[in-house]
Amino acid sequence: MLPYIGRRLIATIPVMAVVAVVVFSLLRLTAGDPAAIIAGDNATSADVAAIRTRLGLDRPLVEQFVIWIGRVVRGDFGESYFFKRPVSQLILDRVEPTLALATVTLVLTVAFAIPLGVLAAWKRGTWIDRAVMGVSVLGFSVPVFVIGYVLIYLFAIELAWLPVQGYQRLRDGVPGFVQRLILPSVTLAVVFVALIARITRASVLEVLNADHVRTARAKGLGELPVLLRHVLRNAAVPIITVIGIGIAVLIGGVVVTESVYGIPGLGRLTVDAVLARDYPTVQAVILVFSVVYVLINLLVDLSYTMLDPRIRY
Amino acid sequence: MKRRRLAAIIIAALGVFAVIGPARAETTLRVVMHSDLKIIDPIWTTAYIVRNHGYLNYDTLFAMDAKGDIKPQMVDKYEVSKDQLTYTLTLRDGLAWHDGKPVTSEDCIASIKRWGAKDSMGQKLMTFVKEMQAVNPKTFKIVLTEPTGLVLGALGKPSSNVPFMMPKRVAETDPNTQISDTTGSGPFIFKKDEWKPGDKAVYVKNPNYKPRSEAPSGMAGGKVAKIDRIEWKSIPDHQTAVNALLAGEIDMIESPPHDLYPVLKADSNVKLFNGNPLGNQYTFRFNVLHKPFDNPKIRQAVLHAFNQEDFLKGVIGDPAYYKTCKSFFPCGSPMASTKALEGLLDSNFDKSKALLKEAGYDGTPIVLMHSTDLAVLANLAPVAKSLLEKGGFKVDMVSMDWQTLVARRAKKDPPPAGGWHAFLTSWVAADILNPVMMGFLNASCDKAMFGWPCDKDIEGLRDAFARETNLAKQKQLSDQVQLRATQYPTHIPLGQWYGAFALRKNIDGVLEAPVTVFWNMTKK
Repeated sequence: MLPYIGRRLIATIPVMAVVAVVVFSLLRLTAGDPAAIIAGDNATSADVAAIRTRLGLDRPLVEQFVIWIGRVVRGDFGESYFFKRPVSQLILDRVEPTLALATVTLVLTVAFAIPLGVLAAWKRGTWIDRAVMGVSVLGFSVPVFVIGYVLIYLFAIELAWLPVQGYQRLRDGVPGFVQRLILPSVTLAVVFVALIARITRASVLEVLNADHVRTARAKGLGELPVLLRHVLRNAAVPIITVIGIGIAVLIGGVVVTESVYGIPGLGRLTVDAVLARDYPTVQAVILVFSVVYVLINLLVDLSYTMLDPRIRY
Repeated sequence: MKRRRLAAIIIAALGVFAVIGPARAETTLRVVMHSDLKIIDPIWTTAYIVRNHGYLNYDTLFAMDAKGDIKPQMVDKYEVSKDQLTYTLTLRDGLAWHDGKPVTSEDCIASIKRWGAKDSMGQKLMTFVKEMQAVNPKTFKIVLTEPTGLVLGALGKPSSNVPFMMPKRVAETDPNTQISDTTGSGPFIFKKDEWKPGDKAVYVKNPNYKPRSEAPSGMAGGKVAKIDRIEWKSIPDHQTAVNALLAGEIDMIESPPHDLYPVLKADSNVKLFNGNPLGNQYTFRFNVLHKPFDNPKIRQAVLHAFNQEDFLKGVIGDPAYYKTCKSFFPCGSPMASTKALEGLLDSNFDKSKALLKEAGYDGTPIVLMHSTDLAVLANLAPVAKSLLEKGGFKVDMVSMDWQTLVARRAKKDPPPAGGWHAFLTSWVAADILNPVMMGFLNASCDKAMFGWPCDKDIEGLRDAFARETNLAKQKQLSDQVQLRATQYPTHIPLGQWYGAFALRKNIDGVLEAPVTVFWNMTKK
């Protein structure tokens, strides 16, 4: 196992190198100039040129890349053009809201999607199956921001049960923390629940027809033990795989959800940085997201060995 | 026995409360501004959000009142020598920085120097300044090489870059380097430790601020802070900001989009207030470097093809929030005039086509940059395209986000190679009150703002305006600049529009001023 983990971790290095080159190149190819944005609307061309020089944006692209990647290798993401703070500090400041949102969303997703998927498969062809799948299609089809606005209108404006926006840090009180996370997490979970419920249904259906399930039933086991012990465990590998892949959907959703709910997390930081062409920040955030994504997929692969003893690395 | 002891404790406790009296609750104003505060140096950038930050944290020597007159602010009294070459300024008593140290002449001189190196009007003023001398800690002199009417106007200019006063140690920072020490002397104190870009910026009342005794008027008068704490919340999504206001989570939105006004008006707990009576001006900007707009006659054709009403209706819609104003300077301001613009901006397409024919327009498509992401600008370019085409032009409208436009407009390349011919924007009226302030009238070729107009006549008139100290003569010169700007068009004014603050009903004392200010405001 350990040599496998080591190999996988080493394999992330070329992946990150490709991500770094692509992100750096894409940002430079994108229209826009951070110097012009920093200078403000009343600035002259000379002001803009002076800022470009100070930021090093007038140097050849290759030179800019070498300087940046050299710093990244030493663990220095540089300084934000706009915030005048180390990018690593900016990211650390924004991690908690995003981590909290993603974690609660994942918990909600697993709590709802897997039972719903199993139920739909178990009651295949009935109105329950059709209802679960119908709601899943709806959840998957409606854009995150529409779900967000509808939930805000219902639960924050009309019923006034929950706040419209904002985030409260955990250290400032659990009730406020929970209150402000409910709507964004539910908004984000809707898409994720829809995705996982559909996959769970398909995987469970496949296993339900397997020989060992028929044997278990023939031995007189009740439906619940059959479903939990013999069906769900064997159907878990594709479900876990999709949850891992779905992290990408989650990251995309976080960007939109944090904007709609005014949450100062990594998603908002990404949007702000992209709009301001804050190259060091965008590059660092995307690298961090990429590392997280790669590591989560590694964890997913490792989890297979626990779920299916036949799999060994 | 126990009961007696308990009763004694209760009575003692009540006695203590009676002596102390009820504590006054701290008032906190939660505001969504037009933008997030990312930079905190109001001299280093011209961004309006940083200027607004400046007005909370810093103070100015002079300020413009509601009538457009420049009044002393940090200055107690000032004298102008008979030859008009020496201005002697004396600071008010009791002025102090947020760290408790007194504001001195040396601080002010250093601040003026730093601002004068960055701001376009400041740079102009500094061409007249021979030297600045501290007479004593509260008095200093500005000695000029020749008389100019710019001194008070520049030091009291209401918009970016505003000459905010900073401690000498801060003001000595290179003008091209951002400051990190935020010590000011304004009515509020910026809480740098609570500032989280992308989340909030916090200001608390300056308990040691000594406001002027006069009533507040525009940017001038007594800046009395009546709110204990102000939080600028960053909510980039307009709909979410409006929802938060309706739910009472925030108290004010500085610039809600016009299309959400009906939602706000429908709520009995919310009111709209136009805090900026001069408003803003839409503007069409030419790039004179490239064909066909290198030919003034072809630019004149645009003056005939356009009309203001179409632009204003297309973007703002509700006539309550716009007005046509055939003047380069904002209607309602001292230099406003319709002279030389009669008969123009009437969408006379025949006249436009005739001028194009006379000028030999060869059908080169006009590369018109279209900003799509800012609601107050998004519909301008399509209206311009339609009117230009009716006036005989070919138009290639290129859509992009505002930040891309900002970057592209700085390029002098030919339009097909990534340059441009024209774009539309909006100016806050306070930035364009006279020919020197109005950046788009700067026709100094390479040194001019993007578009790079190059005209000795305009520059001569602007210099004469800067030298003139008599208001009536300044007005005459301003009219002449306007006439010349119709012959050699640098840009086209497309009318004035107004925005409103959205406020909870319990917010009062909001002042009418060209910049959003928070003194005098109360929250019940």
